[in-house]
Amino acid sequence: MAALLQQIVSGLSTGGVYASLALALVLIYQATGVVNFAQGEMAMFTTYLAWTMINAGWPYWAAFAATLAIAFAAGVLIERVIIRPVENAPVLTIVMVSIGLLTIFNSIAGWIYTYTVKPFPSPFPSTPINLGPTTISLQDLGVGGVSLFVLVVMYVFFRHTTLGLAMRAVVENPVGSRLVGIRVGWMLALGWGLASLVGAVAGMLVAPLVFLEPNMMSGILIYAFASATLGGFNSAGGAVLGGFLMGVIENLVGTYVTFIGTELKLTVALAVILLTLLIKPTGLFGRVAVSRV
Amino acid sequence: MRLGLLLVAGVGYLLPAALSSYQTFEFTQVFIYAVALLGLNILIGYNGQFSLGHGAFYAIGAYTTAIMTTRWDIPYGWAIIAAGALSLVVGFLFGLPALRFEGLYLALATFALALATPQVLKYFDTWTGGSQGIVLDKPSVPLGLPISADQYLYYLSLTVLVILLLLAHNLLRGRAGRAITAIRDNPIAAEAMGVNAALYKSLTFGVSAMYTGIAGALGALAVAFVAPDTFSAFLSINFLVGSVVGGVASISGAIFGGAFIEFVPTYAQEISRAAPWAIFGLTLIIFMYVMPTGVAGLIRRVAAALARSMASEQPAPDSQTAAAEAAEGNRGSARAVLGKPD
Repeated sequence: MAALLQQIVSGLSTGGVYASLALALVLIYQATGVVNFAQGEMAMFTTYLAWTMINAGWPYWAAFAATLAIAFAAGVLIERVIIRPVENAPVLTIVMVSIGLLTIFNSIAGWIYTYTVKPFPSPFPSTPINLGPTTISLQDLGVGGVSLFVLVVMYVFFRHTTLGLAMRAVVENPVGSRLVGIRVGWMLALGWGLASLVGAVAGMLVAPLVFLEPNMMSGILIYAFASATLGGFNSAGGAVLGGFLMGVIENLVGTYVTFIGTELKLTVALAVILLTLLIKPTGLFGRVAVSRV
Repeated sequence: MRLGLLLVAGVGYLLPAALSSYQTFEFTQVFIYAVALLGLNILIGYNGQFSLGHGAFYAIGAYTTAIMTTRWDIPYGWAIIAAGALSLVVGFLFGLPALRFEGLYLALATFALALATPQVLKYFDTWTGGSQGIVLDKPSVPLGLPISADQYLYYLSLTVLVILLLLAHNLLRGRAGRAITAIRDNPIAAEAMGVNAALYKSLTFGVSAMYTGIAGALGALAVAFVAPDTFSAFLSINFLVGSVVGGVASISGAIFGGAFIEFVPTYAQEISRAAPWAIFGLTLIIFMYVMPTGVAGLIRRVAAALARSMASEQPAPDSQTAAAEAAEGNRGSARAVLGKPD
């Protein structure tokens, strides 16, 4: 029982990372109707920037803040420069462009930083804390805490600020929003900026666990996809909950289903995606999209 | 189409005389990729479904051939057929749930499939040899023909490509093809006309997987080696890129696409040894901006424009204008998938 609880608690901690990246995916999907396949690679690249700053002697949190700022600016820039020209193109075109971005980021990271695995510092010590029958390391607590904090900030931003309201309005009705004076194009860019920022947080949180290398996010990305699918692609809250669930599922399946272990981790995510789409295609909290024909 | 096919086959069969053995190998790869892309084009271009995971079917074909020829001593000809059949079944079964997903979700599910493939291959190591992979024997030249093993593989791949091109052409021209494209253009209207959309979508996925599986079988024979890491997500991405660059809603696009994914990475490596994939990604994005219907779409557009200008000189409507109009019509439907909305 204690072991089970232990697995759940540490699952929740990695789940926080999945939740953050899933939130980033859902933010862009809601704002623009696009799934950004480059999301993971963008997060990976910004994590390398943080690594560079920390190695240059910056304190961790200063590097953290600077990275977030750069990630935000880069997200806005990518939307304005690269995505904008194909904004009205069919989905396949935009997916292809985001895949182009994926290969570019992956390749440039490998070129600048090489493919050797690098350790990434964690701001949290790994000292364990006793919580009744189970223990949790400060590291796990910190990762879970920071992701939760980011998610709350996002929630407050979208629910209780004028800008957040404007962004939601653009999703709901772009033409109407433009008529009341909202700059639709910039709201989309802002969506990309925020997603890139949240992704950067996820990258920096997960880097101490999986180590820094150009392909570090591909496994995380597929888990984030699974989380977003499980929670529902048009529900930010659902995606977050899906993220925590995926963290727990990963840990429990890895521990208790012996033939899977850690070697078939990605297949677990694939199975979750397929099962969700088979049983409840909109995810746990998604709305059914109704369209007039 | 017939003419183009004859041209490809004719040039193809004469080419090896002028090629070095490495170039022969490169062109063999082009034909093999073209077979895989043909499958993807049927799926994306004609049926309007995505796949970011066709590398998995390529892997199924490759491993089927590797296991059958090395472990069970089955002749490679049967192995290729078995690889196609197995991919057809797996593709159909994967397509059954897939038909429920709209474009984007299907892209996600198949992308997950692509990412999971190497892990699954490594896991079943008693069959697949784990990360060591399996070494195959190159098929020996039959009937004592005076050609090298590489040249034989070249002719084999070319022959398979030509047969599959013809099959695809006939499939898409007939009743089934009309049902497949009707589902792409307007699924609701198609169902109202009595097309069983669910069945046709899964079948198209299966046929598409079969093409890619056969390509995988040929690929395993040509390289004479299979290992899990060659079937990473990048392979699937490569296929999608080739398909889009060649032109998804065209049969000939598969050959252009095959040439693109065989040769561009090599040239990219010459431009920048350090980051060839960055050049590849950049080329892809530029293609999306300037040529959303791919090389085949561009050729069709140019041909249509030429035919139009010739037609304006001689006002009587002739077969060329009809051809131009037909090409225009095709382009229109390709645009529905790829270009800007009309």
